[in-house]
Amino acid sequence: MTDLERQLLDGFQRDFPLSPTPYADIAARLGVTEQEVLDTLQGLSESGAVSRVGPVFRPHTIGASTLAAMAVPPARLEEVAALVSGYRSVNHNYEREHRFNLWFVVTGPDDDHIQAVLARIDAQTGLPVLSLPMLNDYHIDLAFPLHCA
Amino acid sequence: MKTAANLALAAPSRNALDAIDQRLIAVIQGGLPLVSRPYQEIARRIGTSEAEVITRLWRMLSEDTIKRLGVVVRHRKLGYRANAMVVWDVPDETVDALGYRLRRFDFITLCYQRPRRLPEWSYNLFCMIHGRDRAKVLARVDELVERCRLQDTPHEVLFSGRCFKQRGAVYQLPAEAL
Repeated sequence: MTDLERQLLDGFQRDFPLSPTPYADIAARLGVTEQEVLDTLQGLSESGAVSRVGPVFRPHTIGASTLAAMAVPPARLEEVAALVSGYRSVNHNYEREHRFNLWFVVTGPDDDHIQAVLARIDAQTGLPVLSLPMLNDYHIDLAFPLHCA
Repeated sequence: MKTAANLALAAPSRNALDAIDQRLIAVIQGGLPLVSRPYQEIARRIGTSEAEVITRLWRMLSEDTIKRLGVVVRHRKLGYRANAMVVWDVPDETVDALGYRLRRFDFITLCYQRPRRLPEWSYNLFCMIHGRDRAKVLARVDELVERCRLQDTPHEVLFSGRCFKQRGAVYQLPAEAL
């Protein structure tokens, strides 16, 4: 990883400039050109290290979301995971090592939308879906400090 | 004449989102464009001004509708291959106290209370720990148990396996799209 990549990943997870030219402002702070910043972010996006440069919404302030869990027979995991990932409303979808082995986040404009997605997944797979919506968010900041892991 | 309804419209609630906010969210939820004037480009797409986009983003940040604005990383691609969701079965009376305690550990990246679903699921406090390998993550769980005296609190560590999908949330969808 280059110094510029590390600086962009570690120093700009929050407080992205709200000026007309944010990338040029970042470049000025780091002593590089705007084009270098844009090219590096483009490269990090293409390699998959960066999901996006953008907002993280606080859950439940816009729309609705839930964390869903399913206990899928191992032989069916790939099939069920592919079906779940096919929903536009599903953003994260992970295998976890547990009897409940498939975990995914469903988001949408309102709770009816979430319930419709969960009901359809249940009907399509014949497997019950646990819905575990957030009740309280104790954590303040989602930024991930690279130095502490 | 001012009616109660008009007054309510004149003084929107803290997180009220109007039609322009909704369009703005729909356009930015996948990320800002990587161009010199990203807010101007967003403004063009939703039919407003660059200044209006910046003002509205500033407002959503100050109201905490947007938790943060910036680079969103994919941990696995950066070498943080071990990712564990640690779930705890905490008495309802003490779940808030423990939640506020756990969030002070800098290696915890998320900490939520969620409902139990008995009998299948008895855990009501969830936190996320990322690390370069499993041993590091497990050592951190031990540290939590030790420092918060959680020896008698039932908990499980759910390591992630395959990632089937990861991208930004889509809150605004065309009608009927699931």
